[in-house]
Amino acid sequence: MAVNMRLDKNPMPSQEPDVRNQNFLEVALGYTEEQALDEAARCLNCKLKPCVNGCPVNVKIPDFIQKICEKDYEGAYQVIHETSSLPAVCGRVCPQESQCEMHCVRGKKGDPVGIGRLERFVADWHNAHCTEAPAKPESNGKKVAVVGSGPAGLTCAGDLAKKGYEVTVFEALHLAGGVLVYGIPEFRLPKAIVQKEVDGLKAMGVKVETNMVIGRVCSIDELMEEYGFEAVFVGSGAGLPMFMNIPGENLKGVYSANEFLTRINLMKAYREDSDTPIMNLKGKKVAVVGGGNVAMDAARCSKRLGADVYVVYRRGMEELPARHEEVEHAIEEGIIFKTLNNPIKINGTEDGCVASMTCIEMELGEPDASGRRRPMEKAGSEFDLAVDAVIMSLGTSPNPLIKDTTKGLEINRKGGIIVNEDGLTSREGVYAGGDAVTGAATVILAMGAGKLGAKSIDEYLSNK
Amino acid sequence: MYRIVNKEALKPTVILYEIEAPMVAKKAEPGQFIILRVDENGERIPITIHDYDREKGTVTIIVQTVGATTEKLSHKQAGDYLQDFVGPLGKPTETEGKKKVCVVGGGVGCAIAYPVLKKFYDCGAEVHAVVGFKSKDVVILEDKFSAVSTVLKVCTDDGSYGQKGLVTEALKELLDAGNQYDEIFAIGPMIMMKFVCKTTEPYGVPTTVSMSPIMIDGTGMCGGCRLTVGGETKFACVDGPDFDGHKVDWDLAVKRNQMYREFEMHKHEEACNLFKQEVK
Repeated sequence: MAVNMRLDKNPMPSQEPDVRNQNFLEVALGYTEEQALDEAARCLNCKLKPCVNGCPVNVKIPDFIQKICEKDYEGAYQVIHETSSLPAVCGRVCPQESQCEMHCVRGKKGDPVGIGRLERFVADWHNAHCTEAPAKPESNGKKVAVVGSGPAGLTCAGDLAKKGYEVTVFEALHLAGGVLVYGIPEFRLPKAIVQKEVDGLKAMGVKVETNMVIGRVCSIDELMEEYGFEAVFVGSGAGLPMFMNIPGENLKGVYSANEFLTRINLMKAYREDSDTPIMNLKGKKVAVVGGGNVAMDAARCSKRLGADVYVVYRRGMEELPARHEEVEHAIEEGIIFKTLNNPIKINGTEDGCVASMTCIEMELGEPDASGRRRPMEKAGSEFDLAVDAVIMSLGTSPNPLIKDTTKGLEINRKGGIIVNEDGLTSREGVYAGGDAVTGAATVILAMGAGKLGAKSIDEYLSNK
Repeated sequence: MYRIVNKEALKPTVILYEIEAPMVAKKAEPGQFIILRVDENGERIPITIHDYDREKGTVTIIVQTVGATTEKLSHKQAGDYLQDFVGPLGKPTETEGKKKVCVVGGGVGCAIAYPVLKKFYDCGAEVHAVVGFKSKDVVILEDKFSAVSTVLKVCTDDGSYGQKGLVTEALKELLDAGNQYDEIFAIGPMIMMKFVCKTTEPYGVPTTVSMSPIMIDGTGMCGGCRLTVGGETKFACVDGPDFDGHKVDWDLAVKRNQMYREFEMHKHEEACNLFKQEVK
């Protein structure tokens, strides 16, 4: 087939900004078949395949794209599914621009191939056309427990199930999916898609036990000694939200991004039929503090609840850690970026509600240890920003529950579980990965860690 | 799904539910709590454990019908199922090594005070108890309390039963009578716990309170249950629910707990209207 040498990639069809910032429906609508074929034809199918190395789970990217060119969409899906257990999720939330697409040869002159958009097309095609449940592999009789049903846990469970292990996933909340259901909003990742992936795992024989807080209802040791699990993978996620420790942070109307997003995404507080409350933000002003993907999610949710929204970030637009696409979407939707500003206190009304946030202007100095230019306060530049709510989106520190209840499990200074290159912790048979190890990172990195965990557990139990 | 094995109305709006949850029952300790959801669209609400039967595999909670969720719960009968029931959450109350303690309970908080009190008693402490209610018709668990305490003072706000007045007055009498407590443990409405702490502070008696702030996940993820304790931010679900009452920033805690009051009142009304329609 002739290669399409057009320099720019097919744009993603999306809801109009003024429409979508008033609903929770998915923003990006996905390629049509025509667009997918046109985009797939831009792939050179080059020998080196640098894109594959850029993918944390090494999806055979040129292979699946060639299947698209052949209009064998189910075949394309099967290629992706060989190495990735959550294609519909990754096609939506992976930062492709800093992974596969960053290495694409076509990106040297013009846009790289829209790999993520093609992955999503293939996964959605599969979900719409394929009703057949995945086959249940024959059991090898070995039981493995997975703690946490986020991207790391689901990937690990899927890979082990494919190999015949009897996998049970333990989830603390009432719904499986971890950050995919409580954190990432519906308009970026519809929950029906996550549910479909979980259902697929169940069809493969994976048991999902919700309402199980491991460390409280049952310890890792008990899972192994009393319940007969021969290995455990811990993918319990990031955990406690961080705050700035500035005055006024516990006033009414100050949320952690985790709480705010959980109320909206997991508990559906934006819907009339939900019993879970959220502050009425219609016509109110909200400041989201932080500049990562979670901050963008919180800002865009606030907008959809009717608020005027500021993103307050201490560095500049260039330094925002969020994906470029998320920032662009946020700007289009009318979110105001107040970069190079840092909050120093939150001021309350007499009855303890947020009235305003005092910020100070910042300027960037020399690069610090992280390589980013260090923000410094401009003396005497304090000002008050009138707001009704503040959402702190500053990252998280690992949940202490597992480490506190598992003897001999070593953790690092930041509270993350220490693992070796195989994902093995300091305890035999106990593996870990995802945010519980690294601190807050991305879905695909967690999936990569889940994959490694599954591979190592398989090797460990095969040789045992 | 979790079956309601037994339901008993202790008072018209104070109801005991025994729930089948063997894994929770196996691990539950006094001072810990559970989170439940009544139905599919339900809110997650934290409730402190009243009792547990490890052999039977059940956990008992006592719930006052105050809002939409507890209203919905009150319409469930024995044999019905709850959507979700997760626990045990939080750290158990430290009850070991105390010679003499006083447990102060207020209203339905007494339901939670009881297992703590009993554990102190089982650990060999001399236990005094002060329990307070609005009036005679809402007094609960008096027999249970009296069985495990050497001194029991029952107070009612209106004087219709026991001693007239607030628990703080009765507690002060005990302290003034020269009782040397290793610890005072208070559980009940926030405002009561605040004043118990104010009462004990001049006497320098360590006072522990069991906090029940607004909470969603209960596992240390959302941060909704944070409190300021000794100038630091603490999370009730993983650092608590027990805290040094003399260090808690009470004014802030009380205000934070009223965050959704309007929404809750509105939702409760809605739920009540719904049930009224069903009855027609």
